[in-house]
Amino acid sequence: MARLVFTQQLRRFTATPEIEAPSATLREALDAAFRVNPRLRGYVLDDQGHLRPNVVAFIDGRRSRDRIAQSDPLGPDSRVHVMQALSGG
Amino acid sequence: MDDRAWIATRKGLFELRRRSASWVVEKSHFLGEPVSMLLPPDASGRMLAALNLGHFGVKLHASDDAGASWQELAAPAYPEQPADATGPAWKLVQIWSLEERGGTVWAGTIPGGLFRSADRGASWQLVTTLWNRPERGEWFGGGYDAPGIHSICPHPGNERELLLGISCGGVWVTRDDGASWSLQADGMRASYMPPEQAGDPNVQDPHAIVRSKADPSVLWAQHHNGIFRSTDNAASWHEIAGAPLSSFGFAVATDPNDAGCAWFVPGVADDRRVPVGAALAVNRTRDGGRSFETFRAGLPQADCYDLVYRHGLAVDAGGTKLLMASTTGNCWASDDAGESWREVAGHLPPVYAVRFG
Repeated sequence: MARLVFTQQLRRFTATPEIEAPSATLREALDAAFRVNPRLRGYVLDDQGHLRPNVVAFIDGRRSRDRIAQSDPLGPDSRVHVMQALSGG
Repeated sequence: MDDRAWIATRKGLFELRRRSASWVVEKSHFLGEPVSMLLPPDASGRMLAALNLGHFGVKLHASDDAGASWQELAAPAYPEQPADATGPAWKLVQIWSLEERGGTVWAGTIPGGLFRSADRGASWQLVTTLWNRPERGEWFGGGYDAPGIHSICPHPGNERELLLGISCGGVWVTRDDGASWSLQADGMRASYMPPEQAGDPNVQDPHAIVRSKADPSVLWAQHHNGIFRSTDNAASWHEIAGAPLSSFGFAVATDPNDAGCAWFVPGVADDRRVPVGAALAVNRTRDGGRSFETFRAGLPQADCYDLVYRHGLAVDAGGTKLLMASTTGNCWASDDAGESWREVAGHLPPVYAVRFG
């Protein structure tokens, strides 16, 4: 079962369920989390369903590639971390 | 409500209260988060705050108790972008303006979409009659990558009428509750365009537009290239020449009781957005722009590089109390129609908007 974990930074704004779900792609895993907390979707994806520019997903330690459709494949035991890119001032 | 005001900043929303004849910062909301705009409380206490989280997008929060508690609402969202759409992405970048009129809440956004809500902000619909206008393809960003609606001016005598200021897309008006729109920036001038396009109403950059409550046919605009005024409800605009120091700036406010009275905060020019001579001043006209007075009392007169952005100047319903705040995080108040000022706060985050209410 793929496991999905969200950055603590997101917990300031909305619930971030840790998900374990049989997901073939990153998008399937994200959708499983969005089903638990629909509001989370707008924090991770933009109006067009694309990964937000300053949100990064790591799959087993590697940055995901498909920011449009999140079609990156997940293995049966993949660990996904959804993080924020650093910026600020 | 003239004894309360709100300051939306890059790092939170600050609530000001009038105590013993002076303003104090009484409370912060959303501390640390960018608040791009707010809609002050109505009589019931309902208010809205638009957040622009750097990583996680635009969020909208509502309060039914004037900010004592908040709930997140669904933010306006653009529909699925057609594959052949040109221009900016159909993605919400920022809520830049919020107004309420006759039970409808309007949100102006970057990248140029107007949204409306019939349920006090709980749900939103893109106004497609404007979004689908072919002229939108000619709009462009002014200060931001994409164009945006920063000014929403309802008409007190006609609930079906609305005027929008767009940077850079001119002035758009509906008189049938959004069913149709007309471009009404004739008379404005854009010196940043090739000469033959300088008068094109669709490329104008009005930095801010306000409508007179005393005479709703009067509109004031602080434009990228100067000050403009309309006395015929935006059928035509005429340039106000002769403002002291500079006619460049972002903010404008008009006396709710006197359509001939307006305030401006001049900066040097578009390529040097600081006060003239590093000394902050406010210009006021009381005769429709024929003459101006310049006021400096209480404002820093040396080493001052504050810029008052387009929503950073507000006047109360009586027309005598003003608040002004800068992108450097300073806030000043006047109780005498802008003639003298006192510092309210000197260390706020960069200020996006100031509103009474």
